[in-house]
Amino acid sequence: MIPSVTCLIAATAVPRELALPLPLNSWELEIILVALFLLHILFVNLMVGGSLLTALFEIMGLTWPRYDSLARRIGATITVNKSLAVVLGVGPLLAINLLYTTYFYSANVLTGYAWLGLVPLIILVFLLTYLHKFTWDRWTGPKKRRHIALGIASAVLFLCIPLVFLSNINLMLFPGQWSQVAGFFSSLQIGNVFPRYFHFLMASLAITGLFLAGWFGRKGFPVEHYLPEFTRPQLRRLFYRVTFYVTLAQVLFGPLLLLTLPAIGVTYTLVIVISIGVIIAATVMVLLWAELRTSDRAIGRYYVPILMIFTLVVVFMATGRHVYREASLTDHRALMANRSDTFRAVNLAAHMRLDAGLGLGEALAPGPTGKSVFKNCAACHAYDRVLAGPSITEVQQIYAGDIAGIVAWTRNPGKKRDQFAPMPSFAHLGDEQLQLVAEYILQMGQEKTNAETTPTGS
Amino acid sequence: MDFPVFFVDHIGNRLIIAVIAILHVFINHPLAVGAYPLVTLMEWLGWKQGSEQIDRLAYKVTMVLFIVTTTIGALTGVGIWFTTAVIAPFGIGSLLRIFFWAWFIEWLVFITEVVLILIYFLTWKQWKEGFMKKVHIGVGIVLSLFSWLTMAIIVAILGFMMDAGSWPLDRSLTSAFFNPLYAPQSLFRTTYALMTAGLCVWFLLFFFTQKGTDLRRKAVRFVSIWTLAWVPPFIVGALWYWNVVPEAMMKNLDVALLTQAFQNWHETLAHIMVAALAAIILTAVIGLTRPRLINGVLLLVPFLLGIWLLGHFERVREFVRKPYVVADYMYSNGVRLADYPVYKRDGVLTHATFVAHKRVTEANLIEAGQDIFRIACARCHTTTGINSTVDKFNNLYGEGRWDPEVMGLFVETMHNTRTYMPPFPGNQRELDALVAYLKDLEQTHAPLSGAQSRGIPKAVNPDPDARL
Repeated sequence: MIPSVTCLIAATAVPRELALPLPLNSWELEIILVALFLLHILFVNLMVGGSLLTALFEIMGLTWPRYDSLARRIGATITVNKSLAVVLGVGPLLAINLLYTTYFYSANVLTGYAWLGLVPLIILVFLLTYLHKFTWDRWTGPKKRRHIALGIASAVLFLCIPLVFLSNINLMLFPGQWSQVAGFFSSLQIGNVFPRYFHFLMASLAITGLFLAGWFGRKGFPVEHYLPEFTRPQLRRLFYRVTFYVTLAQVLFGPLLLLTLPAIGVTYTLVIVISIGVIIAATVMVLLWAELRTSDRAIGRYYVPILMIFTLVVVFMATGRHVYREASLTDHRALMANRSDTFRAVNLAAHMRLDAGLGLGEALAPGPTGKSVFKNCAACHAYDRVLAGPSITEVQQIYAGDIAGIVAWTRNPGKKRDQFAPMPSFAHLGDEQLQLVAEYILQMGQEKTNAETTPTGS
Repeated sequence: MDFPVFFVDHIGNRLIIAVIAILHVFINHPLAVGAYPLVTLMEWLGWKQGSEQIDRLAYKVTMVLFIVTTTIGALTGVGIWFTTAVIAPFGIGSLLRIFFWAWFIEWLVFITEVVLILIYFLTWKQWKEGFMKKVHIGVGIVLSLFSWLTMAIIVAILGFMMDAGSWPLDRSLTSAFFNPLYAPQSLFRTTYALMTAGLCVWFLLFFFTQKGTDLRRKAVRFVSIWTLAWVPPFIVGALWYWNVVPEAMMKNLDVALLTQAFQNWHETLAHIMVAALAAIILTAVIGLTRPRLINGVLLLVPFLLGIWLLGHFERVREFVRKPYVVADYMYSNGVRLADYPVYKRDGVLTHATFVAHKRVTEANLIEAGQDIFRIACARCHTTTGINSTVDKFNNLYGEGRWDPEVMGLFVETMHNTRTYMPPFPGNQRELDALVAYLKDLEQTHAPLSGAQSRGIPKAVNPDPDARL
């Protein structure tokens, strides 16, 4: 494994880290990252799953009207869940920007248009979702199809948006392949974006199912008022089924994700953590199965244990994600640290030479002279031709013997001539330097006559 | 500094950040910070007077606030982060490390604000009587406070970017936070938000009330009094802020206000800005005394003027900070002040990662020049679009009269001739390469692509012991 890793890295870009220290220890930031990301992704799951189920049930509602009411009630939850999804995303974004600055930002740049496109895209889907919610009563009859189309459009957008996030999360892990990427679509061909995506979609539906089983099944929910054609046990059963069968499908999507992970980050730790998660998930399935088989009176009694154990599953999966990320980046981070240290040393050495007055080759001049200050003027004022301002010979005519006049003008130029852009002020150079350059300007030409054979330098 | 370079030619990188950021400020100043207390007050008045009408009006206004702030408002806020991360990762990356706790606390306050606006709007129709109504109004008050708090925290960061106070010396968060610009900028923005909230709600009144009704008259009076009440403290805040902007940055004000082309019109502009404020005040006075005179169209005038004032102020604030992205620490090109000696000796390409050539040679002169342009210039300049380098040199020397030697002198000294420009972060060879590229550009006018479309070159990792 080691030889192949080294080969990979030999062709890999190794940038320098930012020069500022992290505000917290890495492990503290990692805990913040994993924990807060879980909160964020929970509400993202509810938002995406909610949108999908709303669209699905509204379509079913064309044939069985009670599903239309159900769709509407599910849609009502998206309003809150989407806002919480967005606001809870800020914390993990902060943590990831700190821990993986170079990796995350580089991935952002390489998928630049799609990444930035998320902003208008998410605004659009949110507005559509509001429209969908608020026109439920008004767009009925002949307008119902339009209403359903709106729901489908929102669902489709919610299907596309996570793909952009996942492409970044994926791309950041493989700096060795960054040179193969130019834009969002090429980023989908590295690593395993699509297996991650399908796993995420299934998870969204599963978690939303579990949420709705509790949301509609709870005592405080007015079933008779909102969903008179359903009973509480019916609703519980319906959404338990969603969770159960979707999680069953994860038997395909889970291993697919694990097996397509690029080898660089796969470690024993990862496999163990994920395996434990899977085993715990199996117990959730057993409990769900028990719930599905039990009577209407009893269904729901295992809800809280299911919820708690499912949380444990999710914690293990999230930890596994993090373990994989860390493993993928360990070697590269070591190289980056090396590179950054080397540069720091070079920088320090250079500063020490400067402090010791040794200079850095041609970069350091002994002190300002009229000639050196004149460089600031030479870009616009040539000796005997017009560039962006009058020639020096003309200036010499205007200010013959008048050093103070030149100094005053350079300190605070007016705009005298229409054909030239206004001259900026050079007061910031300080009067001493202005004096030097004024003297230099007035004796220019004498110097040139004295050095005829020397080509004019800058 | 060492990131792939995102570059969008023609419109330029700055505009991308500007559009998102200014849109965000347009919403969160008048519609969140300013309007939440206004609608809460309106709700309270309606309750006190037992007026169902006023309550319903307050609800409708809140609905608009809710929809706009939870979609465009929230996402443009995140959008500022996305755009700055992609365009100036060195800047935002550094600021996040310096201000981590501020942003973390800001985030917690932000969550609270979102939860409160959800509660405030979604429970309006249920919590409408007796004790629950009082609780509801209480939610509005706390919401207003938290909304203001999110702004108060972010303002510290903005102020710091302009004047770091004593941070460069003591590197402490406290001195970074309570920098000299903090109090004046906070007062300025708070009063501005409250003042323009009045205008914004006034505008909405035209959709939610009928012409000639008692309700409209009352509502217009209310909003006028509100707007006028905040004008005096706003003027105080504005003057105070003006006084504390760092001396060096004030020099950039001419160009900040109106770009180089019009930099001598800044006096005229100042007059126009005062006139805008006067128009706002005048409208509010008329609204107070003769409300029937104001109709919807007329109201658009102070509203748009208010928006324009704010947008322009943000442009000025961003510009006068140049050449720094973090004052006295890091320039807008991503190079730290401390890195300049090494770059000027070895060249910026030598130590860069995402470039095709580490050394300038005769063969790669123009390509190297392109990479240098990307690193050192492309954050703010385009080739031939907005703020284009072609235009700059044409304005300076005239079309077809670009002398390479003189151009080299210009680039070498431009931080002295244009104080908003950072110094050129490379050595003489690289300067020549850049000029060669610019001369080539003069002929081809060819747009340049960024890493988001062309990708990055196959890695050529630098020799760590590189010297020129």
